[in-house]
Amino acid sequence: MSFEPEKLLSSTVSSIPPSGIRKFFDIVAEMKDAISLGVGEPDFVTPWHIRDEGIYSLQKGHTHYTSNKGLAELRQEISNYLKRRFNLTYNPANQSIVTVGGSEAIDIFMRAVINPGDEVLVPEPSFVCYKPLASMAGGVPIAVTTKAENKFKLTADELKSAITPKTKVLVLPYPNNPTGGIMTKSDLEEIAEVLRGTDIWVLSDEIYAELTYGRHHCSIAEIDGMYDRTVIVSGFSKAYAMTGWRLGYACGHPAVISEMTKVHQYEIMSAPTTAQYAAIEALKNGDKDIEMMRDEYNDRRKVIVKGFNDMGLECFEPEGAFYAFPCVKSTGLSSADFCEKLLYSKKVAVIPGTAFGDSGEGHIRCSYAYSLDNINEALNRIEAFVKENR
Amino acid sequence: MSEIKNAEKLVEILHKNCKLSLEQVAAIAEMSLEEAGAAIDALEKSGVIMGYGAVVNWDKLPSAKDKVTAYIELKVTPQRSNGFNRLAEQIYQYPEVKSMNLMSGSYDFGITVEGDNIKDISLFVSEHLAPMDCVLSTATHFVLKCFKEDGVIFTNTAEDDREVITL
Repeated sequence: MSFEPEKLLSSTVSSIPPSGIRKFFDIVAEMKDAISLGVGEPDFVTPWHIRDEGIYSLQKGHTHYTSNKGLAELRQEISNYLKRRFNLTYNPANQSIVTVGGSEAIDIFMRAVINPGDEVLVPEPSFVCYKPLASMAGGVPIAVTTKAENKFKLTADELKSAITPKTKVLVLPYPNNPTGGIMTKSDLEEIAEVLRGTDIWVLSDEIYAELTYGRHHCSIAEIDGMYDRTVIVSGFSKAYAMTGWRLGYACGHPAVISEMTKVHQYEIMSAPTTAQYAAIEALKNGDKDIEMMRDEYNDRRKVIVKGFNDMGLECFEPEGAFYAFPCVKSTGLSSADFCEKLLYSKKVAVIPGTAFGDSGEGHIRCSYAYSLDNINEALNRIEAFVKENR
Repeated sequence: MSEIKNAEKLVEILHKNCKLSLEQVAAIAEMSLEEAGAAIDALEKSGVIMGYGAVVNWDKLPSAKDKVTAYIELKVTPQRSNGFNRLAEQIYQYPEVKSMNLMSGSYDFGITVEGDNIKDISLFVSEHLAPMDCVLSTATHFVLKCFKEDGVIFTNTAEDDREVITL
């Protein structure tokens, strides 16, 4: 009998569908002259003083592992930063862990709290990793549909109707990828009211916290009664344009951070050392860089939102991240058809909203982490496409 | 200046990219088309905006005529009652002079001069600048290679090297 690798794989992993975005981009990669609003990472290069600090750490020979939780100085700076920017207090000794990007932090959190069959509530549309990571940790992901008319915020009623005795975790992905929606303090107060008295953890993914426009990000950990149950996940990728450095962190109650550290130490050992030294510099001296990039994104945001509304693709004002999520229902096309036809006829790549959950149907995700020239050209082509398809 | 609406924001937008359409400038500045247009006109008329141009890496344009740039340090004796201004005027009127600043430190004027070749610039220095009554000395530094101008790094390419990833 021959060895049949296909039949000898994990049924949990096999049951997870491949990412829809990936397939789409494989087509884009083959297409010459295609322009894209598809990529979900900053177009800026990491500011030089941060890169230089990483290089300097190598020159000094800092090429070893760090402690499992990350450099003590970095954890101290993370605490200083969260206090300074968001009025959150975490003890660097036992309430934070440095991870390989925000994604690892999400993964080890799921593994640390989920027992088989526990339900994980994932508001959708949202980042593609929550449900697979919940499944791989033995949990049961439950999509909670958010609505365009609520600017894709999670409402208290939507949350209440999704909670069952098996609910273990609520993922709170705001500022949101792909919608650009945010949760204000009063929105969070309503969510907190539902959660008080329950045994539900909150995984608050705040990777885009620095990219809000017109108002300051508020963390649910700030809300009365939410601190102990909330693990915030953040990182350096979006705020400091450090995606390739792969560095994130999680902060929360010592009990859960300690369990997360166990998982982390066996699968990762420690996050990349060079990146950690660079991140110290980012936190100490990077506030101005954030401001510069935020201002630039804000300029582009106004152009792209106006562009979509002017061409008749209704686009609510995204107040966070770097995505616009216009509605394409007026063209009569599904999200997937819109994106595919647009790509083949006008060579513009945008992402179908359905890649982020069924509730993304009727929308497309357009990143404005692109130069204004690129955005302008894409808008012109999309406008021509919309005219031809009405 | 204070009566020009959003003056600072408009100047900042145009300084970064003067290729934007008025519609886009207005959207970014959160103004109506008419308001933005009127404000930009006012900025031009009042001399805040003196012109529009591209940042050019001439080395990348093979068909362009060879061009030589020099930075000249000039030590001078300021003139009674006119200080440095009268002298500066006599110098910056020459079309060869692309920029001119009064400096602190070991020399007085820093001047950027352009010419078709080294001889052009040498002649300009020896026949126009050096003989001026108030000029004490000149030091001419020829530019060998431009790496960065007006915030733009010339070795960077516009290519987007972000790879395909699931997010």
